[in-house]
Amino acid sequence: MLHQVLFIIFGLICVAGAVNLLIQRHPINSALSLVVVMGALSLIYLLLGAEFVAAVQIIVYAGAVMVLFVFVIMLLNAGAEERSRGSHVALWLGGPGVAVLTGLIVYLMVEHSSKFHDVTIGNLADFGDNTHAVANLLFKDFLLPFEITSILILIAIMGAVVLARREG
Amino acid sequence: MTVFLIAAVIKIVLVVFLLLTGVAYMTWLERKVVGHIQNRWGPTRVGPFGLLQPLADGIKFILKEDMIPDSVHKGLYVLAPALALTMSLISIAVIPFGENINVAGTETPLQITGVAQAVGHPTDINIGLLIILGVTSIGVYGVALAGWSSNSKYALLGSLRASAQMISYELALGLSLIGVMILAGSFSLRHIVDEQSGTWLPFVPHWYIFPQFIAFFIYLMAAFAETNRIPFDLPEAETELVAGYHTEYSSMKFAMFFMAEYVNMITVGCLATLLFFGGWHGPLFGPPLLQSLLPIFWFSAKIFVFMFLYIWIRGTLPRFRYDQLMAFGWKFLLPLAIANIIVTSLIVALKA
Amino acid sequence: MVPLSWYLILSAILFCLGVSAFLLKRNIITIFMAIELMLNGVNLSFVAFANHWHQLSGQVFVFFVMVVAAAEAAVGLAIIIAVFRTRETLNVDQVNLLKL
Repeated sequence: MLHQVLFIIFGLICVAGAVNLLIQRHPINSALSLVVVMGALSLIYLLLGAEFVAAVQIIVYAGAVMVLFVFVIMLLNAGAEERSRGSHVALWLGGPGVAVLTGLIVYLMVEHSSKFHDVTIGNLADFGDNTHAVANLLFKDFLLPFEITSILILIAIMGAVVLARREG
Repeated sequence: MTVFLIAAVIKIVLVVFLLLTGVAYMTWLERKVVGHIQNRWGPTRVGPFGLLQPLADGIKFILKEDMIPDSVHKGLYVLAPALALTMSLISIAVIPFGENINVAGTETPLQITGVAQAVGHPTDINIGLLIILGVTSIGVYGVALAGWSSNSKYALLGSLRASAQMISYELALGLSLIGVMILAGSFSLRHIVDEQSGTWLPFVPHWYIFPQFIAFFIYLMAAFAETNRIPFDLPEAETELVAGYHTEYSSMKFAMFFMAEYVNMITVGCLATLLFFGGWHGPLFGPPLLQSLLPIFWFSAKIFVFMFLYIWIRGTLPRFRYDQLMAFGWKFLLPLAIANIIVTSLIVALKA
Repeated sequence: MVPLSWYLILSAILFCLGVSAFLLKRNIITIFMAIELMLNGVNLSFVAFANHWHQLSGQVFVFFVMVVAAAEAAVGLAIIIAVFRTRETLNVDQVNLLKL
């Protein structure tokens, strides 16, 4: 019961933040709505028994990636979007299109929902807590992707420094 | 369930009240100590030894005109100090102050997010330390949005510098704590403190500062930079950028930034005590009533030492220039913290 | 108790809102944020299925998605800064120098 109430509250906050991202004209408001979405998602991860993923979502996504977005918006002094003078075909075709897509996915989920059992709360691992279990997986079974991802980040850092440097 | 909620609410009210009183009297302590370092008295007029000075300051803040300049972004202007203060106060929720206490027949640990599993055996969140790191990361938004929404060039420059400084030193902060986590084997703050109980020789306690003194110094310097205190306070120095990111703020909102900074200092002091100095462990002696009160006294004494250290350094050292500050964080502290992690994990792996 | 399909429906709604923001907004930074929203929706699906089948590989994959999203955000924002320096605008409609 409490689980349902909490999920509905956090889910509504998520959807409200995502809709706010769509509606707002100034990018800083969109960025802050996205931070709210990520915070609410982190709380939903706590409901799903993934506490380490929830903490990492706040530290990495909401606390570093989104700060980078807010920095760039501040540095480039982005202003509110003006009304576009082009054609509104994207709005008239795309809006109903996305609504149809959403309806399709939701219908499929609901139709096949009997194949899934309810979400379990609590520790999912066989031994230790979530951090221990994820660490075991990450450093034993998934060691190669882990090392490749660290090289990927290194390349991304170098690329970002080169791209954003002033000429001369 | 309801017992847990009622106990949690009482603990929240008590801790927030004690914390805000502590913040108020820390301002008094700071003015007195910095005054004596500079060979003058500090506040002496309002009450004996100037002890009612924080009260006078509070009344001044409340009664001052709270103006909002015309061209600010109103929503973000009001949100930024509230965000900074809220995030500072949230991290107190996971800090343990002691073991279980027995009140009116129920056991509850001295920690807002703690549960008394059995008599004398409390437990808390698995990821307490990560929550503090995450909340520190969100606190950067308060500073960044304050400067940007003020729509003034000094505020914007100050806030960009302050937030760049904060995110740079967050890395060194987090990495320096990993050494402690490797030794303790857990993120849970109560578990880390429990691992530090006991002594080797009769008087050398098991505190983590002895194996991890490098990590402690990295942590201390990163904490000074995180809370924007001297020697890292260029973004809010008066002679540099007027007042940095809180230039355009007046009265209560400015007081909220001020309080957020001091609450951050207290949180950092609490963390240093818990992770490096054994938390509430200290010599216990005397009758059982005294023995149950002594851990709180030891904890407060250790935090007081850290606050005094903060104020002492403020009165003594000059401030870093901004490029020196960033070079120090990225080119010295970060590699040193990584080297500390490598050496610690090697030693732990070879011992097992 | 909460059925799994609720989590998947929330993930689908977040993903579709991300797609619509990607198609409808004109500011280049907001389009980037829509991509991050889509990735978050997918992360929620992964964690929900990790819970459902008690296999924590789903959560490990979430880490990799987060890392790739962070790397992509860094490089993408660097490209945006480079584009802004020459075009002086953040409107995607006006970055059309190669158009016939």
